[in-house]
Amino acid sequence: MEIKNTVLELLEEICQTDVVKENLNIELFDEGLLDSFGVVSLLMGIEEKLGIRVGISEVDREQWSTPNKIIAALENWA
Amino acid sequence: MIPYSSFSFFMILGILLIPVVVLGYKEKRSIVYNSFVHVVILLLAFASDIHQLVSFIVYIFWQVILVHWYAFYRKEKNEAGVFYAVVFLALVPLLVTKLLPVWSMGNIVGFLGISYLTFKTVQMIIDMRDGALKTVTVKEQLMFLLFSPTISSGPIDRFKRFQKDMETIPTREEYRLLLYKGINKIFLGFLYKFIIAYVINDRVIETPFIQAHTPLSTFIYMYAYSLYLFFDFAGYSAFAIGASYIMGVKTPENFHLPFLSKNMKDFWNRWHMSLSFWFRDYVYMRFVFWMMKKKWIQNRYTVSYIGYFLLFFLMGVWHGLELHYVAYGLYHAALMISYDYFERKNKQWKIWKKNKGTEVLSVIITFHVICFGFLIFSGRLF
Repeated sequence: MEIKNTVLELLEEICQTDVVKENLNIELFDEGLLDSFGVVSLLMGIEEKLGIRVGISEVDREQWSTPNKIIAALENWA
Repeated sequence: MIPYSSFSFFMILGILLIPVVVLGYKEKRSIVYNSFVHVVILLLAFASDIHQLVSFIVYIFWQVILVHWYAFYRKEKNEAGVFYAVVFLALVPLLVTKLLPVWSMGNIVGFLGISYLTFKTVQMIIDMRDGALKTVTVKEQLMFLLFSPTISSGPIDRFKRFQKDMETIPTREEYRLLLYKGINKIFLGFLYKFIIAYVINDRVIETPFIQAHTPLSTFIYMYAYSLYLFFDFAGYSAFAIGASYIMGVKTPENFHLPFLSKNMKDFWNRWHMSLSFWFRDYVYMRFVFWMMKKKWIQNRYTVSYIGYFLLFFLMGVWHGLELHYVAYGLYHAALMISYDYFERKNKQWKIWKKNKGTEVLSVIITFHVICFGFLIFSGRLF
């Protein structure tokens, strides 16, 4: 639950829209909501707030394309 | 013999690939035979020039030693200084190759494709630093580096992605589709490189009218050269990707209708993608992350703009140290920063509204801006 809330708050701030909280299956890259700069900000936030360190090369854009997928990826993070 | 440049090369490649296709249909892959294919193609590419062949072999040894030493070191420690030193050492052969012509010395260390191989090694070292890549065997690294379809000019694959293709053998049905797509791509390459690019070069660029440096001829040259560059390189990329597919490796695409880009960001997601994505992931994002962590500059946009500058400057210099390549890099850095600024401000100003009309206009404007960039790149201006 903590992961979900934190990720959604971060995404809302980075994408500057609450659509990401309403539609958890929105394609973040295709819709132009998330770009390289956004990904970096997201990783920064995840590290600060959740203590999970995700390397830049570990972000596969296909596996991180929607809020739901990002949450799932982080919940399974070893 | 430069890969994909002559009829005889395609003949040899076609014959070499027959056993690969037969095995592919049987849901098999022979590492021994595939290695033989790679060695033959590498020999074709380098053996005519003994300097190139020797440089190539020494280079491969150098990179294998570096990557393995770093993998060994990284198990115990993770010092930033060591990481930078290893990356620098991996870049040394490329730097020397680029610098020797500047010092007007003969190019004795360079060989065809050295810059593309360097991208492959550097990404492995960076992934290890991140902890995304932990162990690698000499065999795996050699298979990745020496994969012959993309040896001369990419597309630049990623180690982990390549590794996945190496570990899975396609089913008969999957292979049939790969083979079909591969052959299709190779024929698309023939159309692009040997027909369209050839005709543009022969009938437009090489004519006395265009070769005479008048303002009008330079203006026409700008568009002809841009189209030539696309069809020539997209044609080559289609050969490389097609041959990869036949060998069961889904090498990433390099182009996606770049002349239909809506803006500069869109353009770099469509033009020479394997290169621009490499710079995006390994230069820009890493730099931005590092700067944000250090908090030296408070304004996030300033950090992003310095990152863009670094990315495009390096991309320009990577093509060569000549002034026009540097100018090309700076031109794109300036465009990217201006576009990013405009895109952000437009959210408040709303002067450029989104509709069918502005979208078409955006594509037209972007097209001309891109072509001017290629005119700089061509070296015709200075």
